[in-house]
Amino acid sequence: MMILSGDPPRSRVLTLVLIVIILALAATPFLFPGAKALNVAAKICVFAALVASYDLLLGYTGSVSFAHTMFYGIGSYAIAIALYGMGPNWAAVATGIATGLPLAALLALAIGLFSLRVAAIFFAMITLAVASAFQVLASQLSWLTGGEDGRSFQLPELLRPGTVLISRNLFGFEINGRILTFYLVFAISALMILALLRVVNSPFGRVLQAIRENRFRAEALGFRTVFHLTYANCLAALVAASAGILNALWLRYAGPDTSLSFSIMLDILLMVVIGGMGTIYGAIIGATIFILAQNYLQSLMGVASKAASEAGLPLLPGLLHPDRWLLWLGLLFIASVYFFPTGVVGRLRHGGGKKAAGPSH
Amino acid sequence: MTDLAATDPLPKPKRDIAPVLLPIALALLTIPLIGSTSSWLTLTAASLAMGMMIFIMASGLTLVFGLMDVLNFGHGAFIAVGAYVATLVLAPFAASIQADSLWMNLAVLAPAALLSMAVSGALGLVVERVLILPVYGQHLKQILMTTGGLIVAEQTLYALWGPQIIPMPLPASLRGSFILGDVAIAKYRVLAMLIGLAVFIAIQLVLNRTKLGLLIRAGVENREMVEALGYRIRRLFLGVFMTGSALAGLGGVMWALYREQVHASMSDDLTVLIFIVVIIGGLGSIGGCFIGAILVAMVANYGGFLVPKLALVSNILLMVAILMWRPRGLYAVTSR
Repeated sequence: MMILSGDPPRSRVLTLVLIVIILALAATPFLFPGAKALNVAAKICVFAALVASYDLLLGYTGSVSFAHTMFYGIGSYAIAIALYGMGPNWAAVATGIATGLPLAALLALAIGLFSLRVAAIFFAMITLAVASAFQVLASQLSWLTGGEDGRSFQLPELLRPGTVLISRNLFGFEINGRILTFYLVFAISALMILALLRVVNSPFGRVLQAIRENRFRAEALGFRTVFHLTYANCLAALVAASAGILNALWLRYAGPDTSLSFSIMLDILLMVVIGGMGTIYGAIIGATIFILAQNYLQSLMGVASKAASEAGLPLLPGLLHPDRWLLWLGLLFIASVYFFPTGVVGRLRHGGGKKAAGPSH
Repeated sequence: MTDLAATDPLPKPKRDIAPVLLPIALALLTIPLIGSTSSWLTLTAASLAMGMMIFIMASGLTLVFGLMDVLNFGHGAFIAVGAYVATLVLAPFAASIQADSLWMNLAVLAPAALLSMAVSGALGLVVERVLILPVYGQHLKQILMTTGGLIVAEQTLYALWGPQIIPMPLPASLRGSFILGDVAIAKYRVLAMLIGLAVFIAIQLVLNRTKLGLLIRAGVENREMVEALGYRIRRLFLGVFMTGSALAGLGGVMWALYREQVHASMSDDLTVLIFIVVIIGGLGSIGGCFIGAILVAMVANYGGFLVPKLALVSNILLMVAILMWRPRGLYAVTSR
C-alpha cells in the first residue's frame, strides 16, 4: 500500500489485469523470444509512463494540452544529440539528461504562465500552436536535429546488444546489454508511474482535482490555481521528457516520426481515454491495449482486407487496409468518450454501474 | 445614468479602431524594410489573398465558439472534405478546366465549389448532431469528441481516395499574373481576394442588417438572455454550425487550388493556423477574425521574404505579442 501511495486499483479484476501485464512485461525477455516482442514491451513501458504523465494534466487538472509530444521530443532529441555529438559515453548521457529535463521544464513553465491564466480552451489551442511550431523548427534545424532523417547514435558500451553480461550456459538465457537496457527502461518507467501516483494522492494532487471540478471555488478557497496548474504542467513535462529519453535510448534513434509527430499526440490521447482518465492505472491499461493493437491488429486487418478484396466487396478492402487501423481506433475513441467516459479502469472499478467518478468537466 | 430625451439618437457604440490600424501600420512599416515597391506590392497582394482564404475557413469556427461556447477541434476536417469533394467535379471535367476560356473554367469551378460547400455543410449537420450535441457544455469532452472526429474523417478520406497527394491544377485562365508596370499580381490571388471580401461583406451584412444576425450577435453576447426571450438558440446554432462548415469547405477548395494539390493532412496544418487567427481576433468576433487572418498572412509573407528562418515561428510570436497587448484577442466580444 505504501508503494501505491494508498491508492490501490480498487477492483479485483483490475488488480489481476495489472499484475498480469506487469509480470508479462517483466518476463518478456525470457517468455517471448525475438526482437519484436521485446520492442513492443519496451514501447509499452515508455508509453505507460508518458500517458500517465499526460493523465496528470488531462485527468487530474482537466486541461487539454497538445504539447505533450513536444516535451517527449525534447527528451528524445536531447539525449540523441548529446550521444551523437559527444560519442557513446556516460558523460554524453548525463549531458543529454542535464539539458533535456531543464529545457522541458522551462518551456512548460513559459507556456503555463502564458496560457493557463485564461480559460482552459486557450491552453488547448496555444499548446497546439506551440507544438506545431516546435515540430517545424526541429525539422528545419537540420544541422542540429538531422532534419527529417533524425539522429541515430551508439549507446555506451554497457548497454549494447553485443555486450554479454551473463553468458548462455549459466541459466540457459543470455543476459546482454540489450536486455539490461530493457530493464533500465522498465524500472525507470515503473518508478515514474509510482511517483505520479504519489503526486496525485498528495495534498497537491487533491488541489488539482479541486481545480478540475471547480476552478473558481478552488480559487475562492485560497489556492493559487495558476501556480498549481503550472506546477502540474512542469511535472508532467519532466516525466514526458524522461520518457522521451528512455525511448531514444531504446531505439538508439530520435526523429520526427518517433518522437515529435502529431500522430503520437493523438495516440496518447487515445490511450489515456481508453484506459481511463484520472486514474493513472488507466495509462498502463491504455498503453498496453493500444500498442498491442498497433502491432498485432494491423496484421489481422491485413488478412481481413485481403479476404475482402478477394471476395470482391467494394470499399471494404480500403477500410480494412492495415494503414487504416487508426480509423477504427478513432471510432472506438469517440465511442469510449461517449459511452465509457471513465475508460476501462472506471468500468472495472464500478462494475458497469452508472455511478462514474471520473472527470466530467 | 445620463438622461436621454426620446428624440435623441441612441448613443453610438464606442468604435475601437486600433486593431484595424494594425495591419495597415504593419504593411507601411515593411515598405522601407523590403526596399523595392514592386515586390512589396506583390507581397501585400499575396498576404491579402492568403488572409482572405484563411478568414473564410476561420469565420465559422469563431462564430460557433462565440455563439455556443463549442470549440470544434475537427474544423479542419471540413476543409479537407471540401477540397476532396471538389476533385470529384474537377477531375472528370479536366478538359474544360484546361480550356483557355474564363467562362468555361468558371462553369466547372462554381459547381465544384457549391458541391463542396453542400457536402461539408451536410457533414456539419451530422457532426453537430452526433458528436457535439451529446456533450454540450462540457469543454473537455468536446475537445476529445471533435479530435476523434478529425481522426475518423481524415482516415476515411485516406480510405476513399488513397493516401497519395492529388494534384489540383489551376484553371488555365486563372494562371499567370496581371502585370501593372513592374508589379506582378497572380490572377488567382485577385479572385481569392474578391471571394474573401464578398464573404466578409455578406457575413457583416447578415450579422448587422438582419434579424437573424441580430439574434446571432445577441446570442454571442448572452445566450441565456436570448433563450429567455423565447428564441430557439439550438436551431440557430445548428444553422451557424452548418454555414461555418460550408464556408470551411469553400476555403478548402480555394486553398487546394492555391496550393494546386489536395491531401488529407492539410486539415492538420490549417487547423493550427486557424486557431491562431481565432485566438488573435478574439473568440467570437468576425471583425477580429478578419484582421487576425490578414495579420497572420502578412507576417507569413513579409516574414518569409525578410527573415526566412523566422517565418517558422512568426505566427507564434505574433500571437504572443497580440495577447500581451490584449489578453483576450483584438476584440473581446464574449464575456467568457
